[in-house]
Amino acid sequence: MSVSLRNRLTPYLLGLPASVYLAIFFVVPLFAVLSVSLETGNYDSGFVLTWNWHEYVSAIQQYHTQFVRSFEYAAISTGLSLVLAYPIAYWIAFHGGRHKSTYLLLILLPFFVSFVIRTLAWEFILSDNGIVLGTLKNWHVLPESLHVLSTPSAVVAGLTYNALPFMALPLYVGLERIDRRLVQAAGDLYARPTSSFLRVIVPLSAPGIFAGFLLVFVTNVGDYVNASILGGPGTTMIGNVIQLQYLDNFDYPMAAALSSLLIAGTLIVIFLYARAFGASQIQEYA
Amino acid sequence: MTAAGATAPLRRQPLEAKASRVRPARFLLPAYVWLVIAYTIVPIAIMVVYSFNQAPNGRVGFAWQGATTTWYSQVFSLGDLTNAFEHSLELATASSLISLVLGVPLALALARHRFRGTVLVDSVIFIDIAAPSVVVGAALLSFFITLNVDRGLLTILIAHVAFNVAFVTVVVRARAVGLDPAIEKAAADLGAGPWTAFRTVTLPLLLPGIIAGALLAFAMSIDDFIITQFVAGSTLTFPLYVYGAVKTGIPPQVFVMGTLIFAVGVLIAIVNVVMQRRTQL
Repeated sequence: MSVSLRNRLTPYLLGLPASVYLAIFFVVPLFAVLSVSLETGNYDSGFVLTWNWHEYVSAIQQYHTQFVRSFEYAAISTGLSLVLAYPIAYWIAFHGGRHKSTYLLLILLPFFVSFVIRTLAWEFILSDNGIVLGTLKNWHVLPESLHVLSTPSAVVAGLTYNALPFMALPLYVGLERIDRRLVQAAGDLYARPTSSFLRVIVPLSAPGIFAGFLLVFVTNVGDYVNASILGGPGTTMIGNVIQLQYLDNFDYPMAAALSSLLIAGTLIVIFLYARAFGASQIQEYA
Repeated sequence: MTAAGATAPLRRQPLEAKASRVRPARFLLPAYVWLVIAYTIVPIAIMVVYSFNQAPNGRVGFAWQGATTTWYSQVFSLGDLTNAFEHSLELATASSLISLVLGVPLALALARHRFRGTVLVDSVIFIDIAAPSVVVGAALLSFFITLNVDRGLLTILIAHVAFNVAFVTVVVRARAVGLDPAIEKAAADLGAGPWTAFRTVTLPLLLPGIIAGALLAFAMSIDDFIITQFVAGSTLTFPLYVYGAVKTGIPPQVFVMGTLIFAVGVLIAIVNVVMQRRTQL
């Protein structure tokens, strides 16, 4: 084999194994969902592809509330985590000094605790007679009748908490990249700290904001762990329904139809993002 | 960029006024940062504290019943839990190794060469990272159902590799992009064959990226709940066991294992930070 041919083939040979793996175990399965959603049958006698698209109609009819609720909870929790995380990311990036990595580690500590246990800990915190609410009630700081668990607030609180590190990290990366000379220039031109923050720093950190927004929003739209541990019957999200239909009711076509709708919804968000910022952007921030 | 342009109005103000305006932010912002750090730590503290809670019937209650270290000495006394924990460790180890074998070459290809399909591969990796877990889980389960594959450890491993390949590729590629290809060429000029040049020059330089990718993959795998639940069948991993125990009552050993995972993770992170600082000096 000539050297130039080998050089041209190298990237394909290097990339082939992983590409084939992703094609078989990621891309094909995404189409498998579509195919299953168009099947009819039941768990005992098996499912056959009949191109029955009515499952989509009943999916929307029966579960539009959960779809809307998921987008609502995801939007609120993403917004909250952005507001909570931005000042921290800003402070670490601009005033963290020598201890930047230490502060960052402190903010990212939840990464080292299993997601389910983190959520479970919030159940302990928010439960009526738990370590925090119970104590505050004993001290008569809070009324005895206050309940947080099983309410939408509990689910949104859990979603927000779990989103915080995923939001803080891309925000930090975005802020850290800002050329300090631009901020200095604003100061030299007599911009007040507030206006140089609002008109220079915030706009320049937009890529980080959007990366964090995308990661957190998409993750939270599909989440069902928070709703299942912290929520109640009135806080069911679309993830809960999909999980229930797949794993307990074995109604695969309905589950697949719901998943396809969710895939479509999130792909639209992802593609809008990719068109605006490019596909490699998120990888730099992830 | 345009926002940083010359539209900002020129306002002249005395220097002292400017200085006093900055001051409240000097301590308000750090105070806020520490408040949020405290908020971040509360649930972790709960986990650690409750791992020492006495639990007469072997289930952790919300109420504090006194401190004990019993659960640390009996951490492996529950067969199911220990089994699930072992599964998690095996899956994390295997899936990060396989992801390295697949992901490192792909990362090199993407970092060093422009080839047909770059955009496609890039987009697939992007979607793999950004897609909600429930979608990835549902997709893989539909795939396995269609092919009539029994769910168990193998299907979980396949699923974990499917998301870990993307993370490893991204991390290693970030490192590979920063490497000067001239170094490898210099090795070739000095008579090293392509494989020798890769093994003795490129690989050592890539190593920090490879280690970071492997650690990230290990962490993603050991913590994954949603995707795993879809493809697990009746097999349990540590997060699946914990989720199942929420309804029946949490054995204190769960919090002990969570605390141990946390301690090891933080230790590795601190070592990493210290090493980085040392190489920077």
